[in-house]
Amino acid sequence: MYQEVILDHYKNPHGRGLRDGDAEVHHVNPTCGDEITLRVKYEGTTISDVSYEGQGCSISQASASVLNDLLVGKDLAEAQRIQETFLELMQSKGRVEPDEEMEEVLEDAVAFAGVSKYPARVKCALLSWMAWKDATAQALQDAGAEPGRTTA
Amino acid sequence: MTQLPGLLDTEAIRKDFPILDRRVHDGRRLVYLDNAATSQTPRQVIDVLDEYYEQHNANVHRGVHVLAEEATALYEGARDKVAAFINAPSRDEVIFTKNASESLNLVANMLGWADEPYRVDSETEIVITEMEHHSNIVPWQLLAQRTGAKLKWFGLTDDGRLDLSRIDEIITEKTKIVSFVLVSNILGTLNPVEAIVRRAQEVGALVCVDASQAAPHMPVDVQALQADFVAFTGHKMCGPTGIGVLWGRQELLEDLPPFLGGGEMIETVSMHSSTYAPAPHKFEAGTPPIAQAVGLGAAIDYLNSIGMDKVLAHEHALTEYAVKRLLEVPDLRIIGPTTAEDRGAALSFTLGDIHPHDVGQVLDELGIAVRVGHHCARPVCLRYGIPATTRASFYLYSTPGEVDALIDGLEHVRNFFG
Repeated sequence: MYQEVILDHYKNPHGRGLRDGDAEVHHVNPTCGDEITLRVKYEGTTISDVSYEGQGCSISQASASVLNDLLVGKDLAEAQRIQETFLELMQSKGRVEPDEEMEEVLEDAVAFAGVSKYPARVKCALLSWMAWKDATAQALQDAGAEPGRTTA
Repeated sequence: MTQLPGLLDTEAIRKDFPILDRRVHDGRRLVYLDNAATSQTPRQVIDVLDEYYEQHNANVHRGVHVLAEEATALYEGARDKVAAFINAPSRDEVIFTKNASESLNLVANMLGWADEPYRVDSETEIVITEMEHHSNIVPWQLLAQRTGAKLKWFGLTDDGRLDLSRIDEIITEKTKIVSFVLVSNILGTLNPVEAIVRRAQEVGALVCVDASQAAPHMPVDVQALQADFVAFTGHKMCGPTGIGVLWGRQELLEDLPPFLGGGEMIETVSMHSSTYAPAPHKFEAGTPPIAQAVGLGAAIDYLNSIGMDKVLAHEHALTEYAVKRLLEVPDLRIIGPTTAEDRGAALSFTLGDIHPHDVGQVLDELGIAVRVGHHCARPVCLRYGIPATTRASFYLYSTPGEVDALIDGLEHVRNFFG
C-alpha cells in the first residue's frame, strides 16, 4: 500500500499552500479527521492552479500532491477524465490491475491501486479529488457557465 | 520474557481464546491490542452460544413448551448473573438492552418523558463531561434540544483528568442528571466517582455512570458507586455483541415511564390504552437478544472464574509497564494520564507528525491491531489540539511480550515515515 511514490509525495508535497483561486472548498473525512482546503483557478477551461492546505494521513496528503501534478495545466474535460479514471481505480476494491492505458492517464496516481484494497483508506485517497470536483463545480457556477456545457 | 508482579497466567488463559492463535498478513502472529473497542470471545462463551442454538432456542416468556421454558430460564438466569456481578440489590434492576448506547439513550428518554420530580425541561440542567464517548454526549444533546434543558459539562486538565475545580457551579440546584464515564475509552482516566456523586446528591440530581470501559476490567459494585443508573455492554467483556445492560435503582424504574413500546413490556392492552409490566420488563419491548444475554451470562461466569480483582491487577501491571515503555519512544506523546495510577488499560498517544491512520496501517502490516481515530470522543481530540490518536488497549489475555511488539512496531513506523 505504501508505495515509494506515495511516500515521496507525502514527504515532499507538490504545489502545497493556498494561492489565488476562483473557488475554495473545505472537505473533511469524519472517520479519521483528514482535512483539506482546496482552491481552483481557471483560465477559460484550462486549470491554471490547484492549491491546497491540509492535514491528515500520508495517503490523503500524497493524493493531493499527485492531483496537483496531474491536473494543473490540463483542460477541464481531460481533468474530468483523469478524475473519473482515478475514482474507478479507487472503487475497484483491488480488482483492477492498472493497464498501460490507465497508467498513461493516471501517471503517479496508479501507485494508489493498492489503497483500493483497504475500504477504510479509500476515502483518504479520494478526499482531495472530491474537493477538486466540488471546487470546480462552484467555480463554473460562479462564472455563470452551465457545468454541462463546458464539459461537453 | 518480562515478568511483572500481578500478571495472570496468560499462557493458560490464551488457550481459551482460539482467535488469538490467528495468523494475519502472511503468517504474522496476531497481536490484538484493540480491546477497548471489543474484546475477544473465549471458547467457554462460544460453546454456550452453540449449545443455546443447538438445544434450547425459543422465544422467552410466552411459550408453555419445553424449549420456551428452557430459553426463559437461561435468559432470566443471565439476569441473575449480571445482578450478582455488579452487586445489584435486586435482579429486577437489571435491564437488557442491545448495547451501552441504547442503555444511555434509554435513561435520557425516561427522563425526557418523566413526570416531576424527574422531568428534564427548560428550567433544568444536564451535566456531562468533555471526556465522554459520543454515546454519552449525543443522547443528552438530543434531550436538551427537545426539552430546552441546558447542557453543561466538566472540562479536562492538561494531564487528562476531570477538572472538578468548579464543581459547585456546574452541578447546581437546577441539575436533574449528571452522567459521566467511569473509565474513559480514549484517555484511560478512572474518574473520581465519590466527589461527583456527593455533589449530585447534595442538589438532588440523579447520577448515571457509563461503565463500558470499567465493568470488563475491574470489580464494579453499583451499591458502592451510589449511582442511580449504570450502563455497560457485553462485547467488551468476553461476551457477544448485541447485548448491553442498564442497571437502575428499583424505585426509579418503578416511577419512570417506558420508552420503547411493544410486546413483553405490557400488562394489559386495549385499543384505548395499556398498562405496563413491572421493571425490568417494562423497559424490554419486543423479543430481547436472548442468545446474547445467555452468552453474556457465560462471559460473566468466565470472568468470575478468574476473578475481577485479578483481572484488574493484571491490567494495572501491564499498563504500568506499557506506560514506561511508550514514554521511551522518541516523539511519542501520551494523551491522558502518564502514570498507571487511577487509569484503565487503554493508552492513547500521538507519534510525532505521523498520522494515526498511518501508524495503525503499518502496525497492522506487522500483525498488530490497534484503534486509530477519535475513538468516538472527538471533543477530547479538540481539547488536546490533535486530529486523532493511536490507541492500544489491553485485556486479561494481553502480555508484556505484546507490549514489546507494539514498541518495536512503533520504532518501525518511525523509520518508515521518518
